[in-house]
Amino acid sequence: MGWLLIRGWALLVYIFMFLPVAVVVMLSFNASQFGSFPMTGFSFHWFVELANNDAILRAFETSILLGSLTALVSTMLGVLASLALIRYRVPGSNLISTILIAPILVPEVVLAVALLLFLNALSLNKSFLLLLMGHVIFTMPFVILVVQARLVGIRRDYEEAAISLGAHPIQAFFQITLPLLAPAVFAGMLFAFTISFDDITGTLFWKPGGVETVPTQIFAMLRNSISPEINALGTVMIFLTVGLPLLGMAVARRMALQRGS
Amino acid sequence: MGIEARERRQPWILLAPALTSVTLLLFVPLAFIVVYSFWLRTATGADQVGFYLDNWQEALGDPFYRDILFSTLRIAAITTVVCAVMGYPAAYFIARSRGNKAILLLMLMLPFWISYIIRTMSWINILGVSGALNWLLQTLGIINEPIQMLYNETTVILGLVHFLLPFMILNVYVALEGIDISLEDAACSLGSTRWQSFLEVTLPLSLPGLAAGGLLCFVLSAGTYITPLVLGGPRDAMFANLVFEAVITQLNWPLGSALSLMLLAILGGLVLIYNHFLGMGQLMKGLG
Repeated sequence: MGWLLIRGWALLVYIFMFLPVAVVVMLSFNASQFGSFPMTGFSFHWFVELANNDAILRAFETSILLGSLTALVSTMLGVLASLALIRYRVPGSNLISTILIAPILVPEVVLAVALLLFLNALSLNKSFLLLLMGHVIFTMPFVILVVQARLVGIRRDYEEAAISLGAHPIQAFFQITLPLLAPAVFAGMLFAFTISFDDITGTLFWKPGGVETVPTQIFAMLRNSISPEINALGTVMIFLTVGLPLLGMAVARRMALQRGS
Repeated sequence: MGIEARERRQPWILLAPALTSVTLLLFVPLAFIVVYSFWLRTATGADQVGFYLDNWQEALGDPFYRDILFSTLRIAAITTVVCAVMGYPAAYFIARSRGNKAILLLMLMLPFWISYIIRTMSWINILGVSGALNWLLQTLGIINEPIQMLYNETTVILGLVHFLLPFMILNVYVALEGIDISLEDAACSLGSTRWQSFLEVTLPLSLPGLAAGGLLCFVLSAGTYITPLVLGGPRDAMFANLVFEAVITQLNWPLGSALSLMLLAILGGLVLIYNHFLGMGQLMKGLG
């Protein structure tokens, strides 16, 4: 009886989580002129509109470029730091961990203001570089958390075995450790990309005038009125942000399986 | 150089880029806005360097700011409680389910990955004047005219709950997974009812997870300004909106610095209190 109640409650929670998203996807295929309820027919009309909207295409370009560079830089920084924390006995490693995680312990608005005003005082104005630095600093903690969690599972013995068999430490790293690390690195990069691609809180502070990422473009469009184009854009985003991590997980699992066999 | 010395130096070389970035892009900027908050923005738009308390007097003394601060904390607290009430049973269901837990968790993570702005605006499709609910009510003949359900404090809380619920569920789930299920069985076999064994064994053991989830929900909702802009009315501004206004719209950067630091002091203080009593371990488990 109690279990039935819990089950029903959980079902309601799942519906609560999914319903609004399902409505976005549904409305994006709506044929009606205003794209609101009721559904009058099935149409790709709004996706065609979307594909012809230069502002949105530019926003996509910016977001993908920003996300990729962010993923690259923050994964590099994060993987190196995680290696140090997991593979070595570093004095004060607890404090160091806390320092490295600090960017997500500080409210993002505060981080955004501090970085913007500080770099502005150094005469570095709002720019793509500022956006990149901002995105790197708040995605890095997530990369470190993800990579550390996976690194713990990789034993150091393999590397040591290679070294004792005559490999140079650098050689051992690139030929033994890095391939073992690959799934963790991949997961970290994907995570960083997704977070960067989705960010709006910091981005609105850092972006130069005229530059829009996909979330800020959606935000700007919302200020006018909600058009079905937004729903179509939302549908594309949903498939991107859900599809990419799912793909990443599948690839990581595959790589792990291959190694295991 | 001996091998030992090299061993000792290597981790620092690996840590250097990350530590330098956090220092230069977070800690130094934070120190800078502390100083900046004592400067003055003059009418001409130039900064007057010095030690002025004006910004702090305004930030701390103005009843306008104080009211918004209190309503922000109230909204964050309500959001946290709603997340806990909605999330705990759901997390319990996943943790104790005999079905495929991975799939259940994954289904929960899917909306988590969907863009925050999309999830926030999706409620307009449901609650807006031409949204699903109004259409449904009109079709059923319950109302004749569409009613405005959006743009108030309730919809802001709704949007925040929708955004933060997965954080809560995940943290509670991690804590519940760590509890040996035989403890509950033992309590039952010793004569307590299922409900009693839950209240006296499971619930207390899962409190750290609930606290971690609660902290995340509270801190993240108290620091948001997007949700009130999208789902709130003109009078539903939260504290972070004041920061955004001061920095981006009014370009009063010293005042913006003071307001940011106020927010940091309150939310950072909460994190420190949490850390003192429970440590960061539980929080990191839920995040990773």
